[in-house]
Amino acid sequence: MSTDLRVRLKDVELANPVLAAAGCAGTGRELAQFFDLSGIGALITKSVTMEPRAGHPAPRIAETPSGMLSATGLQGPGIEVFLQRDLPWLLSRGARVGVSLAGGGAAEYGELARRLSEASGVSFVEVNLSCPNPSDQGRHFTDDPREAARVVHAVRSHTRSDIPVFAKLAADVPDPVELAEACAQARADGLSLINTVRGMAIDPRTLRPAVAGGMGGVSGPAIRPIAVGCVHRVHAALPELPIIGSGGVRTGGDVLEFLAAGASAVAVGTVTFHDPSACVRIVRELEEALAEHGVDRVRDVVGAAHRPLGAAAGAGPLPRG
Amino acid sequence: MRCPVLTVRRVDAYYAITVVAPGIAERFRAGQFVAAAVGGEQSSMLLRRPFAVHDVKPDYGGTVEFLFSVRGAGTAWLAERRSRDLLDLVGPLGRPFPLPRDPVNCVLVGGGSGSAPLFPLAHALRRRGCRVDVVLGGASADRVFSAITARRIAETATFTTDDGSFGVRGPVTAPLGRVIEEARSDVVYACGPMPMLREATAVAAEHGIPIQAVVEETMACGTGVCMACVVPVEGEDGITRMVRACVDGPVFRGERVRFDDVGTIPFDALGAPGWKPAAESAVVDPADREAG
Repeated sequence: MSTDLRVRLKDVELANPVLAAAGCAGTGRELAQFFDLSGIGALITKSVTMEPRAGHPAPRIAETPSGMLSATGLQGPGIEVFLQRDLPWLLSRGARVGVSLAGGGAAEYGELARRLSEASGVSFVEVNLSCPNPSDQGRHFTDDPREAARVVHAVRSHTRSDIPVFAKLAADVPDPVELAEACAQARADGLSLINTVRGMAIDPRTLRPAVAGGMGGVSGPAIRPIAVGCVHRVHAALPELPIIGSGGVRTGGDVLEFLAAGASAVAVGTVTFHDPSACVRIVRELEEALAEHGVDRVRDVVGAAHRPLGAAAGAGPLPRG
Repeated sequence: MRCPVLTVRRVDAYYAITVVAPGIAERFRAGQFVAAAVGGEQSSMLLRRPFAVHDVKPDYGGTVEFLFSVRGAGTAWLAERRSRDLLDLVGPLGRPFPLPRDPVNCVLVGGGSGSAPLFPLAHALRRRGCRVDVVLGGASADRVFSAITARRIAETATFTTDDGSFGVRGPVTAPLGRVIEEARSDVVYACGPMPMLREATAVAAEHGIPIQAVVEETMACGTGVCMACVVPVEGEDGITRMVRACVDGPVFRGERVRFDDVGTIPFDALGAPGWKPAAESAVVDPADREAG
């Protein structure tokens, strides 16, 4: 009995629920030497910006307990080079591609979406809302649900109708459920959560912040409980909306945790820095874990933690996606 | 890959660890490094530590040796490894030293444990019939790595220490000009801290010869994914880009590295705030070389 690992994100079917998270899979070329990119559900690109970006000065990272702090500053070649060079390369390797977009305002996000829609082969769009909003004192778009909704609306309006749009949320906001609902009302097809958690590390030798610019984003297993909690709450509030869950996934068991919380797919990020083949290892581990549970189809596990005790996996209406 | 430790030994101020790693040893070329996981499987230290490979041997199917000094919890853990412990390594990583096609005169200059990659380089150059001269420096006598080996493989070996406890007192780049002249060196290979590389590049330029430098920057993954280890490097097209020391380097033409701008984003770097391309065709990214 081989487990059916297929999942649906809106109308897009993926071979399995394990995705490479945005910003943690490079251009795909770096990881292609470690595993076959077509062996994972999808690869989410680094956030694509309108213009090329050099990013922040070094040092950009610091090790933190069970994770890391990073402030890379969205370094990337810009959308033209991405469409010309990076997207075709990924597709030539048989990868399913989710494209992450990052901009400075709703108009720019919309324009990015429009240009992206001229290309073929994109499976879904992920809107990176953890970007500084220049009209809001540099707070992130995630910090104000109305600002986030404006951006999501712009992306959804300018993206080809057959490409689902996922809004990527943050946990370190006043009310993640309110943020999720605002994005849903702005016609997001799904949600991706969580992004990194804002934080800082201060080097005890220099007594100065460890990364240039001070604040960064914390990622890795240290944030997993925060992420799982967020997924659980958002899924309870919006059971119809598919969720890509992420935050500190290291093993197949962690994937089950997120699926049970309500995610339909799970993005693997920081662990890839430690283990370049993590994504495919996790697919294997997930398969083994499902077999141990006697589960035939991975999508039967989605939302299991919300079902009353004693309800078998697969009993009752399944959340769509 | 899990590699059994053969030995861990103290060498002056450093540790040298040798592991059995046939998969790494057979593909290794001088200048490449390995990225080691530290702390054990349950550790909360998740970032790998990069180490330049100092030696590979064919024993046991292939062994790899690298050096380190204890700077923090990760390297302290490494220093406690014993024979038969398993070390999780990824490698070989990075672009190796480009080797000359024809036999030429090469001067190798290294500071502290940064000089480790110069030793396999020296062997590779000797095998191609090159003359090799070596200049090695360190803070003190116990930080000048492997003077005996250097004397054995090089035509001439010059040593410096900051405190004068061994060799000539002063920076390792001080005797470099004289060595280049006396040995009629055609090329410099340099490893060490940034200020040393900057100085070595200046000396090479004064003598009109090229320099290949191993640049070190803080790394998290070693595989080009995390974008932490960027340094400003000028491309052949004259455009400066923030490139990754781990996959685009660690070896760079010294003349192209903007040493004075390390730790910043130069205002004219591609994608710096306010940057605009000079011409549409100018935006060619070194990553294109890796395409496919």
